[in-house]
Amino acid sequence: MDLSTVPVAEPVSRLIAELEKLPGIGPKTAQRLTYYILRQPEVEVRSLAQALLDVKTRVRFCAECFNISEDDLCPICRSPDRDRAVICVMEEPLHVLALERTGKYRGLYHVLHGVISPLNGVLPENLKIAELIERVQRHPVREVILATNPNLEGDTTASYIFKLLAPLGVKVSRLARGLPSGGELDYADERTMVEALDGRRPLN
Amino acid sequence: MTRFHVYHTEAVILRRLDLGEADRVIVIFTPGRGKVETIAKGVRRITSRRAGHLEPLTRARLLLAQGRQLDVITQAEALDLFPNLRADLGRTAAGFYLAELVDRFTEPQQPNPGLYRHLVEGLKLLDLGQDPDLVRRYFELRLLDAAGFRPELHRCLECGRELEPTANYFSPASGGVLCPDCGGRNRPVSVAALKVLRFIQSAPAYDQVARLRVRPGLMRELELLLRDYLRFLLERDLKSAAFLDGLRQLSAGG
Repeated sequence: MDLSTVPVAEPVSRLIAELEKLPGIGPKTAQRLTYYILRQPEVEVRSLAQALLDVKTRVRFCAECFNISEDDLCPICRSPDRDRAVICVMEEPLHVLALERTGKYRGLYHVLHGVISPLNGVLPENLKIAELIERVQRHPVREVILATNPNLEGDTTASYIFKLLAPLGVKVSRLARGLPSGGELDYADERTMVEALDGRRPLN
Repeated sequence: MTRFHVYHTEAVILRRLDLGEADRVIVIFTPGRGKVETIAKGVRRITSRRAGHLEPLTRARLLLAQGRQLDVITQAEALDLFPNLRADLGRTAAGFYLAELVDRFTEPQQPNPGLYRHLVEGLKLLDLGQDPDLVRRYFELRLLDAAGFRPELHRCLECGRELEPTANYFSPASGGVLCPDCGGRNRPVSVAALKVLRFIQSAPAYDQVARLRVRPGLMRELELLLRDYLRFLLERDLKSAAFLDGLRQLSAGG
């Protein structure tokens, strides 16, 4: 929305413009958020501003797994309770959260920060792939789990990494795929149905 | 009042970008409307009914609702999933290459049904197990035809003389071959390379091209020559070509 013609105080229109740059935030939401922030006590707004700055200045990537960390090594890589012989490879730090929420996985992670997607300008050298290979060479592991998304770019990235890991003789696996819990069969596409059939498990 | 308008189309999914919480911008190439930027809502949710039908390098039948800015995909059904293309990294990379070329050579909403047919044919050939290098050369020449950049391979573009069976020159800026007298500082093109290019350019269908046996050195010459020409026309390098080069090095290096 063009606010240049509407008489709005400059700091207000500037905040609206900044918020509009965020993903999923349109002009209306940006205006609503701006006027909400305007009504907040100063201490609240300072705390928000400080949190925004801290996330940029106090956070970096873990030197080992490239997950988001406050220190050189992230809490997971530092933890004595994790199984250091298993590495789960993820596209994004957010995906680490998805797996951590289950509380079922006790190994380490490696975050790629994207997937191979030539049409979006992303090639292997733009990701933390060389770092993964170097890491596995340095500290041999029992298993590498490739947990990229079950779609074309995720599969392409997994195949590419597998090609690099194969000569190292490490066990490489891919997350299971098939029907999602809570889904309905009649809406599944052919590919998902075939994968579900191939990946079926005996009950006895 | 804007009129609510819905239309059906077949399309090949070229690429996509995440948008907001669970949506995607999906760039499709259609026979009747050319390249269209669309939006698919909720397809990143794991239970989405449309996600599997909207993967890049899929041919699908879509139902779209005209939107204010982007048309919205309301239904999707895959017609060709090209499973063999997907199962092989080299073939997937070649598929990305065809899609990137189409994406770069087209402007939104400019129909080019000929180019659409070539793209579908190219993906099919890759899926059927045809030689990915040969399919790429065939597609490149078909694309150049369909985009209006058919290279001249029979007469010198400077002096107009018929080309002799000797080492000639290829000039991206002139859009074709120059004779030894006019060639100057351009890239040399061997007799064998020119023969293969002419054969592929004039072949009525891929069946004839499939019978060609091109040794690796000659294939590389053809690849680099066409890459020069495509780079000149697009004023940029293709990312998927760099990816294919990387894969080749990986296979050679072991």
